Amino acid sequence: MRLLYFASVRQTIGLAGEDVTLPGDIVDAGGLVDWLKGRGGVYAEALAQPGHVRIAVNQTYGHAGTPVTDDDEVALFPPVTGG
Amino acid sequence: MIRVQEEDFDIAHEMEAISSQSTSLGAIASFVGVVRDMAGDGGPSSMTLEHYPGMTERMLREIDEEACRRWPLEASLIIHRYGRLEPGDRIVLVVTASAHRHAALEACAFLIDWLKTKAPFWKFEETPDGSHWVEARAHDDEAAARWEKE
Repeated sequence: MRLLYFASVRQTIGLAGEDVTLPGDIVDAGGLVDWLKGRGGVYAEALAQPGHVRIAVNQTYGHAGTPVTDDDEVALFPPVTGG
Repeated sequence: MIRVQEEDFDIAHEMEAISSQSTSLGAIASFVGVVRDMAGDGGPSSMTLEHYPGMTERMLREIDEEACRRWPLEASLIIHRYGRLEPGDRIVLVVTASAHRHAALEACAFLIDWLKTKAPFWKFEETPDGSHWVEARAHDDEAAARWEKE
């Protein structure tokens, strides 16, 4: 899976993105976020506030129940502030 | 039409291009977003706009298509910049054209309200007092929510 991080999430984690192999029991975006938080450190810090992290699966907004697989591009970022 | 670009845009040129697209349009509405000076004491400040290449274009296209479904538009344009910007710089241009003013004005307000809460852009502000990511504001969500159907 290709993971992408933007804005404050990118800054806290210290990476713009990374390739990961999902454990077999992770099937949705909520499970993915919990798994990343479980790495602790900067991941736990970046993803600490559930209401503050938005998820996009293959460039479309998703939610905790959105299915994810190893073939997906998943982005994690804070609420948007353009315009 | 949508464009995501680092460089500035020429408002007069873009308006002229829209008005030449159709002879049946009678109203053109526009919105220009500009960088505010965030340093209260007039010291140097700047802003950097980060975005999600690919998803940004996709979301802007979706929002543009939604406006065209809701209002009888003859033409529409969204230009959004990214990268480093100074106070006074233009960030975003929305132009809508229709036969009558109500459709043009409403569609323009809809586009800017929706793109503020849906297009994946993030503002990072640097002022003499420090730098920070701009927080999303509840009233932007409320402004976007008034266009929700059902």
